Amino acid sequence: MLLELKGITKKYGDFTANDHIDFSLNKQEIHAIVGENGAGKTTLMRMLYGMEKPTSGEIVIAGKSKTIDNPNDAIALGIGMVHQHFMLFPPFTIAENVVFHHEPRKSWRYDRKKAAEEVSQLAKKFGMNIDPLQIVGDAPVGIQQRVEILKVLYQGADVIILDEPTAVLTPLEVKDLLASLRELVKMGKSIILITHKLNEVMAVSDRVTVLRDGKVTGTLETRETNPEELSRLMVGRELKNNPLPEKVKGKEVLSIKNVSMTDKDSGKSLLENISFQVQQGEIVGIAGVSGNGQSELIQAITGLASVQNGSVTLNGTELTNQSVKQIREAGLAHIPEDRYLWGAAKEASLVDNMMMTDYVKQEFQKSGVLKLKNIRKYVTDSIKKFNVKTTSIDTSAQFLSGGNLQKLIAAREIQKNTPFLLAAEPTRGVDIGAMEFIHEQLIEKRNNGDAVLLISSELSEILALSDRVLVMYEGKIAGEFERNEASEEKLSILMAGGRNE
Amino acid sequence: MESLFDLSLINSTLRMMAPLLLAGLGGAICSRVGVFNVGLDGLMLMGAFLGIAANAYTNNVWLAILIAIIGTTIFSALYGYMMIDLQANMIVTGIAMNFLSIGMTTFALRTIFDVQGAYYNNEMQGLPVWEIPVIDSIPLVGNLLSGQSPIVYLGIVCTILMYIFFKKSVAGSHFDAVGINPTAAKSQGIKVRRIQYLAVLISGILCALAGAQLSLGQVTMFSENMTAGRGFIALVATMLGQSNPIGVFLSSGLFGFTEAISIRLQGLNVPTNFTLMLPYVITILAMFIFKDKNQLSALKNSAGSSR
Repeated sequence: MLLELKGITKKYGDFTANDHIDFSLNKQEIHAIVGENGAGKTTLMRMLYGMEKPTSGEIVIAGKSKTIDNPNDAIALGIGMVHQHFMLFPPFTIAENVVFHHEPRKSWRYDRKKAAEEVSQLAKKFGMNIDPLQIVGDAPVGIQQRVEILKVLYQGADVIILDEPTAVLTPLEVKDLLASLRELVKMGKSIILITHKLNEVMAVSDRVTVLRDGKVTGTLETRETNPEELSRLMVGRELKNNPLPEKVKGKEVLSIKNVSMTDKDSGKSLLENISFQVQQGEIVGIAGVSGNGQSELIQAITGLASVQNGSVTLNGTELTNQSVKQIREAGLAHIPEDRYLWGAAKEASLVDNMMMTDYVKQEFQKSGVLKLKNIRKYVTDSIKKFNVKTTSIDTSAQFLSGGNLQKLIAAREIQKNTPFLLAAEPTRGVDIGAMEFIHEQLIEKRNNGDAVLLISSELSEILALSDRVLVMYEGKIAGEFERNEASEEKLSILMAGGRNE
Repeated sequence: MESLFDLSLINSTLRMMAPLLLAGLGGAICSRVGVFNVGLDGLMLMGAFLGIAANAYTNNVWLAILIAIIGTTIFSALYGYMMIDLQANMIVTGIAMNFLSIGMTTFALRTIFDVQGAYYNNEMQGLPVWEIPVIDSIPLVGNLLSGQSPIVYLGIVCTILMYIFFKKSVAGSHFDAVGINPTAAKSQGIKVRRIQYLAVLISGILCALAGAQLSLGQVTMFSENMTAGRGFIALVATMLGQSNPIGVFLSSGLFGFTEAISIRLQGLNVPTNFTLMLPYVITILAMFIFKDKNQLSALKNSAGSSR
């Protein structure tokens, strides 16, 4: 046994984040920790990494009880952590980032040549293909993550904690990362993988510990379990299977014809001749690796950017290059892909965020004076319905966790009851329970005869919800599938730029 | 035109640029660690006043400069405390420091020396002029470079030292890291606040020297608000030089040159109003042409931290 946590408890005032948690890690093992947002996964690991102190309990490393007061102690004990949000210096080279604060030096001078050599050797040893002299800011996200892992390895870590490492990666990068993790284990490292994506757990881990509400609900051998059992342990109940009832053919709601967009500065083509329709009572999914024109398509439809060519029509109203307000009035609701950039005013209260476009409605105002009583009742009800966890509706939105903020935005947009909903990455960073709920809401909207356009880089989401699937690659529609024809393999090939046979 | 452009113009450029260079370097080191130092002007003014005041009491110009450095550094520590510990908006704090400095020096001038407007004493010794032995004996170069106050040479030395510090040293790389991503630096065990304080204190020392060059080097007197916005020109030199020591040297050289030219022009029947305007016009033009990403991101950080 390499590492053991015995009866770890962490209390913040009255709130118990971790309740008598037992956890162990064997040498050369990948041990996954799964659980919903707020189940206490990250808190537990922060204690192991010395960023928090346990209220009670014992940390045993190589048979000896240890106290870890700060990250430097953890590093000295051979424990390294790769944070969910990268801790990198973009203008520095890869080598400079890896050796940071442990620089090879000649007295006071920085020996950059030696740093590059050491990093190059380290990368080679662990089978990673990187150029130590590349500037980190220019490197793709997948490489940046490799830099984070190399940093931990350079510091001599034997135990590597990865906190939701795949949240920011494309499916291909995820595959690469999982292969690298296996490689690291072969080389003698041990890994703790925090995630809420069960397919990754099944693909790569040896054991899984499931947390719910700060307690361990099970520690299982991966090969003896299955995603259904794990999600039951995570959520505490059976997940519903939401079948899509047969689609009833309706009339066209959104129609995109020959839409093109080019970048004003570089003249690069961002969208090329995009045409498709969304009908009443259907969910059309757009799959694709992010950065292949999805963001531009969203902006073209919602009026956030202007298009050079083509037309966008909603319910028969021509909306090409109209203002956002006009488009919304014509019947668009929009769950934006970036909840912080487009979706919410971080500092405003939940009430203000919910009212963002609804305040003009008759039920919420009369000649410019807000009907606060109605507003507060509506917001309280919506928050209850969508299960947004918050202390008060007057809290500023920035204090909600990512998943809860996403639920708030979904509540705002879905409850508008518009004939058309554009849902972009509606469940990004959201835990299974909330994901299930948002999916249910989207399906219900479809069943009510509204049209939904779902844009997601998560293939399982696209396959579960879409009546039709379009694949985007380099600003073009690379293929279209009916629900019964679509499969993960077929979509993956098109998403990676392959041809459809 | 012969009397406008001649070799001694370079000599006076060096003299004029020295305060801009030193304060500009102070701005640069702050900007590299993510602190947007708008208070350069106030720090300079404080240095200029303390230099003269200490000189009047001690009759020793070296001791006066030492006292100016210590006093200005304490003043900059107050500035650092507000920005770094209290997380006050950097721009607002900087402007406040500038006004505080004008007020304090004017008040002290009137209470200590009982004069209004300006204080000077004919018997007071300013900074000596140094003839550098080796350079002095080289025919042309000797005339150009020699015969400046020690602070002018110190400015050049500081430029080189700071260049080497950022380019070659491990500590310099840590300073940069703090400016680029303080959270990441902290997570790697770097003492972010300590480095930011150090940078602000160093800028205090450099600004004290810049101020002393104004009040003890170029002239031997102090007048109310005698920096006349030079701290802001130094700030522009920082931005224009992309917070790189060599860049700051070149851009403060440009401003020093226009200042030297404008003095020349006064002797040529060009209206004084116009010649006095020249350095500021050039500054505005330079702002339009060049933009500095470092400063912009420091600005962004400062906007974020004010909330």
